[in-house]
Amino acid sequence: MTRTIHRAASSQRRTPARAAALGLAAALTLTLAACADSESDTEEDAASASASSGEGEGQEAAPSSITVVSHDSFNLSEGLLESFTEETGIEVTLVAPGDGGALVNQLVLTKDSPLGDVVYGVDNTFASRAIEEGVLETYTSPMLPVSAEDYMIGEELTPIDVSDVCLNIDDDWFEAEGLTPPTTFEDLTEPEYAGLTVVTNPATSSPGLAMLAATVGAFGEDGWLEYWEALAANDLLVVDGWSDAYFVDFSGADGEGSRPIVLSYASSPPYTVGEDGEPTTSALLDTCFRQVEYAGVITGAANPEGAREFIDFLLSSEVQADVPGQMYVYPVDDTVELPEDWAAWAPLADSPHTVPAQDIAANRSEWIEQWTATVLG
Amino acid sequence: MVRGAAWSLAVLVPLAFLTAFFAYPVLTLVARGFVTDGALDLGGFSEVLGDARTWRVLRHTLTQALVGTALALLLALPAAHALYRRRFPGRGAVRGLLSVPFVLPSVVVGVAFRALLAEGGPLGFLGLDRSFPAIVAALAFFNIGLAVRMIGSVWERLDPRTEEAARALGASPARAFATVTLPALLPAIASAASLIFLFCSTAFAVVLVLGGQQFATIEVEIWLQTTQFLDLRAASVLSVVQLVVVALALWVSARTRDHAERALRLLPASTPAPRLRLGRGASGLDRAAAAVTALAVIFVGLPLTTLLVRSLRQDGAWTLQHYANLTTTGTNALTVSVWQATRNSLTIALAAMVMAVVIGVMLSLVLSRTPRRRSARHALRGLDALVMLPLGVSAVTVGFGFLIALDKPPLDVRSSLVLIPIAQAMVAIPLVIRTMLPVLRAIDPRLRQAAAVLGAGPGRVLWSVDGPLVTRSLGLAIGFAFAVSLGEFGATSFLARPDRPTLPVVIYRLLGRPGEGNYGMALAASVVLAVMVGGVMMIAERLRPVGAGQL
Repeated sequence: MTRTIHRAASSQRRTPARAAALGLAAALTLTLAACADSESDTEEDAASASASSGEGEGQEAAPSSITVVSHDSFNLSEGLLESFTEETGIEVTLVAPGDGGALVNQLVLTKDSPLGDVVYGVDNTFASRAIEEGVLETYTSPMLPVSAEDYMIGEELTPIDVSDVCLNIDDDWFEAEGLTPPTTFEDLTEPEYAGLTVVTNPATSSPGLAMLAATVGAFGEDGWLEYWEALAANDLLVVDGWSDAYFVDFSGADGEGSRPIVLSYASSPPYTVGEDGEPTTSALLDTCFRQVEYAGVITGAANPEGAREFIDFLLSSEVQADVPGQMYVYPVDDTVELPEDWAAWAPLADSPHTVPAQDIAANRSEWIEQWTATVLG
Repeated sequence: MVRGAAWSLAVLVPLAFLTAFFAYPVLTLVARGFVTDGALDLGGFSEVLGDARTWRVLRHTLTQALVGTALALLLALPAAHALYRRRFPGRGAVRGLLSVPFVLPSVVVGVAFRALLAEGGPLGFLGLDRSFPAIVAALAFFNIGLAVRMIGSVWERLDPRTEEAARALGASPARAFATVTLPALLPAIASAASLIFLFCSTAFAVVLVLGGQQFATIEVEIWLQTTQFLDLRAASVLSVVQLVVVALALWVSARTRDHAERALRLLPASTPAPRLRLGRGASGLDRAAAAVTALAVIFVGLPLTTLLVRSLRQDGAWTLQHYANLTTTGTNALTVSVWQATRNSLTIALAAMVMAVVIGVMLSLVLSRTPRRRSARHALRGLDALVMLPLGVSAVTVGFGFLIALDKPPLDVRSSLVLIPIAQAMVAIPLVIRTMLPVLRAIDPRLRQAAAVLGAGPGRVLWSVDGPLVTRSLGLAIGFAFAVSLGEFGATSFLARPDRPTLPVVIYRLLGRPGEGNYGMALAASVVLAVMVGGVMMIAERLRPVGAGQL
């Protein structure tokens, strides 16, 4: 289906629409010039940005820059990117056109005219689509740590970091109520936990999709829907996005919500450390799904060499040690030391639920549809 | 000759702009959904239109938009009377307050509404959390300020003597209002209604946050199909469906205006309004208007207060810590401080405002003409609808369209920072036009003819007849353009670069991270945005042209 769209896309480029638009170019020069004028003092780097994307368009003259396409959570400590530029002589421009599925879909849509040289942030629920659509070139980094080999799903993608999506509970609430906290998925369907859980919608949030996948992993392709049916019947609350669930409905984050069980991450508890130095929440490590984030060289990259160097850089111990603090994920390299509070209160699950990436790619839409019909009605 | 050239330029420049940065990208993306293997394939239509879900989504879109628009207008009309025909202390502040919601990021509004309505919230006992009334209330909340201003700015300058004459002839206040004032206001009301309907029917985040997928609108469905499933065929069909809805709304509103638009006696805005009296002997209309205005203030004030209160609290105690944190990058959440993002927002919005006002004024002047040739009149009506479309097309479609259409010279601008103000201007242009047009169209064409007969050249006519009235609405148009650009998120989120985020973008990012104080910072940053917007609108309304006869 998506493949046919692609072929359609390349034939599309010779349509009259494009010709007509090009014809408008003369009229537009005026408008653009006017815009550029009003921008000149505020966007001093706009000129350099378009200059570098101009290089990206194919003049091989000075491949001393790369454009990194990422999700908008991409963030490194100050100075790290600068040190990359110093060491390699490669200038980095960042673009962040979307999160999760939007990121991959944009790579697919812009295959004929790539958005940049290297992508970071494709996760394992969308990775197969990127590979199947041929938007990535193969590259195996010599820096790849041993601990990352389990996460390899093709020669096109390099695992950079992992995170566990797990249910979190408000320990204080359970203590105050004198109720034994749940530990497993099954527990949540028990009557004593009725009306206590809030999760997010898999169609609109990536943790939601991760939990759906976790239940597929836990209950199998035949049993997961039944589980959700029971969960929905136990007065489950489904909201649209993570921040909505965590900040409005969860009782543990801001103390204002009414539900003590929320879908979040294994790394969330350290952020709820109270005055006594202990977090007030914890993650249920039997309910986790492991998300892996990958980087890859974009097919048709103007500077593939620079793109590969950037992937190596993401695997360097400096960046690996930096990602928990800056991007809220775990380094893929397990020899890198975790921040103290993560080591103490945010261990990764020993045996997270898993579903092969190909299975997710093949069934994602159908699962979401079935989930919607069952849980939302 | 020169005159013809000037008018052509006034049509061609905006048209070229809209074609290049709106029509062309959108059509490119939609076309991809309809082309399979190089051949036109409209099979998507039967597939999508044969799905009962599509019709449910369409029904939701229409009911939510209609009820939301009606609610906003019902509250706005009396409030416009109290706020623009009467004088009372604090009037400017109330006007400013009502316009704040319009540009607040919808996720922030969603969170504020949910904090109010959720199980444990102050209004949780109403049981309205995640319900139809909650969505409709939020839609009205967003747009009430827009309606008050658009109606009020015309009402303010209506000559009260016509209504007084009707009263003197024995009409009751209600009758005088219904037969004299209301018809005069109808174009402004229709203008506001069409805009609000467009905003409501393309609402996205607020519908998801407050209602979830059960209340999905076409816009939500387009977003899902495009960003989650990459089903461009379904997305394209839905885009066309949405365009049909929008076109219908525009047509209805244009018909209403056609019937109602006429030359009005407009007074200079400086004419002092009578004091609002509520004591003994006060008119029933004034009392009712004041009561509804108070209701509107409470309605708008409650969620805003929730926002403010929560931005001032941490661990159950009052604190200014979240505001102090705005100089930082949060707990590992941002690449720049909130203040830096605020600066980015202000400069980008300024550029967007300049573009939107220049293009919007050109188009408004063109659209306010009534050419003698029928064909020309029809063409103008088409143009009028065309310039509204950017509000009726989903931000996802525009964003994805930019990516795949603006990638070749001479339009190789998809990763250029210039595209951000352009995208924001696209949203602001319709607002500028709808603010200016009712006033421009109310000018008696005989005034222009008289000036021409007296020997004034076309430029001079424009300068001395239209000019003063244009400049007077210009303040409001500038305010709207600036404010809406400040708050724009949909298109900006596709284009903003991580190292140059805008204020709404960092608010979203802060909301997306756990961590000590990030949530509080997001709320504090929203309050900053709200205060800026309220301030901009208050200042904009005070902008008066130099030498327009006022001090």
